[in-house]
Amino acid sequence: MKYLDEYRDARIARALAAEIRRRSSRRWVLMEICGGQTHTLMRYGIDELLGDSVDLVHGPGCPVCVTPLETIDRAINLARRTDVTLVSYGDMLRVPGSDTDLFHVKAEGGDVRIVYSPTDAVNLARSLPDRKVVFFAIGFETTAPAHAMAVLQAQRLGLKNFSLLVSHVLVPPAIRTLLGSPKNRVQGFIAPGHVCTVVGCRDYEDLVREFRVPIVVGGFEPIDLLEAIRMLVIQLEEGRAELENQYVRSVQYEGNRPAQEAIARVFESADRKWRGIGSIPESGLFLKPNYAAFDAERLFDLADICAQEPAECISAEVLLGHKKPTDCTAFGTRCTPDKPLGAPMVSSEGACAAYYQYKRHLVTL
Amino acid sequence: MCLAIPGKVASTEVKDGIRTGRVQFGGITRQACLDFVPEAKEGDYVMVHVGFAISVVDKDEAERTYALLEAMGLLAEELAPDGAAPADS
Repeated sequence: MKYLDEYRDARIARALAAEIRRRSSRRWVLMEICGGQTHTLMRYGIDELLGDSVDLVHGPGCPVCVTPLETIDRAINLARRTDVTLVSYGDMLRVPGSDTDLFHVKAEGGDVRIVYSPTDAVNLARSLPDRKVVFFAIGFETTAPAHAMAVLQAQRLGLKNFSLLVSHVLVPPAIRTLLGSPKNRVQGFIAPGHVCTVVGCRDYEDLVREFRVPIVVGGFEPIDLLEAIRMLVIQLEEGRAELENQYVRSVQYEGNRPAQEAIARVFESADRKWRGIGSIPESGLFLKPNYAAFDAERLFDLADICAQEPAECISAEVLLGHKKPTDCTAFGTRCTPDKPLGAPMVSSEGACAAYYQYKRHLVTL
Repeated sequence: MCLAIPGKVASTEVKDGIRTGRVQFGGITRQACLDFVPEAKEGDYVMVHVGFAISVVDKDEAERTYALLEAMGLLAEELAPDGAAPADS
């Protein structure tokens, strides 16, 4: 497919990797934020291709992983109600709550539907006027405009049976938390290309200035990531800290204005809890008060549902780049994709799940 | 989760007050909302995420970047000392 296949060219990948190894005078610690990028790096063995030139650590950019345990429990509570149809993206179904997951609730007779787009959820609410249709709206900035449009469309259609269970997080506050930690060892970041396609690059430029850390906005194919790593290594070797854009075919500095306007109309930011990390100031999006009629948390009185995360899981340290998945004593034994203990093992885009899928031979069983 | 796939806009229409398009991804065609990319027209490539186009692929930038990368690939291969190339990935 155009704009995909050419960015998977093994010959160019090898040349870029050789250039990165040649340019590196030491082992630089770089972090990719987005779970999709983590997945590409592991799938194509890019970390191995780079040898000792770069230590790749993996960031908290998997919305499935960082959705708090209690939010999953709230979704499960909704799915068990006889008058509710819970609509979700497919990857949320196997994410464990405190005692079960949505997949099992569905098997037990709960009305759980999987959709590809929030538009499908709105159409479902139109076709099921006697059901309360709740869409489990999880995501980062990339997905927020689509969810905002779903609310606006439901409002325009006068739907009274459609609401969102919102779990939306923002990337820059998480990077700020990470860089502010005394344990931070990340020296350069690959910023998430599709988040920046929507919101633009300004926030990342602020981070570059504030922390004097190089950031390159990167795409999702192997060549994109290798090129972004090369740009970071060159900056670090030359002692520069700048914002650069590798993913120019999709990302403009200002981002996508109509998408930003949709987000601003429907959502507002406030403190948000991240699974495995805890609360991060101003890191979440919530429905504005004038869209309260579409807010499942208000409509269904879910505030009393709280949960404790398993103590053995070191996900906070993995998500903040302090440790690798393989540093965990439970990795691949007491914690697997089928029976995950914590956030990064729950979704295929999580760092632990990616390691398990592509590097399981490293695990001593 | 944040993945967006490039697809070619085959046609556009306005439906329920929303501008949508039929977008081709290889052999698969899907409907996508084009409200965030008012400039997108037939024949353009758009990045689609959960049924919404979030950008029009900048053809010139894509070609320019790729040409640079390709030139670098050829050059690096010519200049690489024996045994420097890593094993196939």
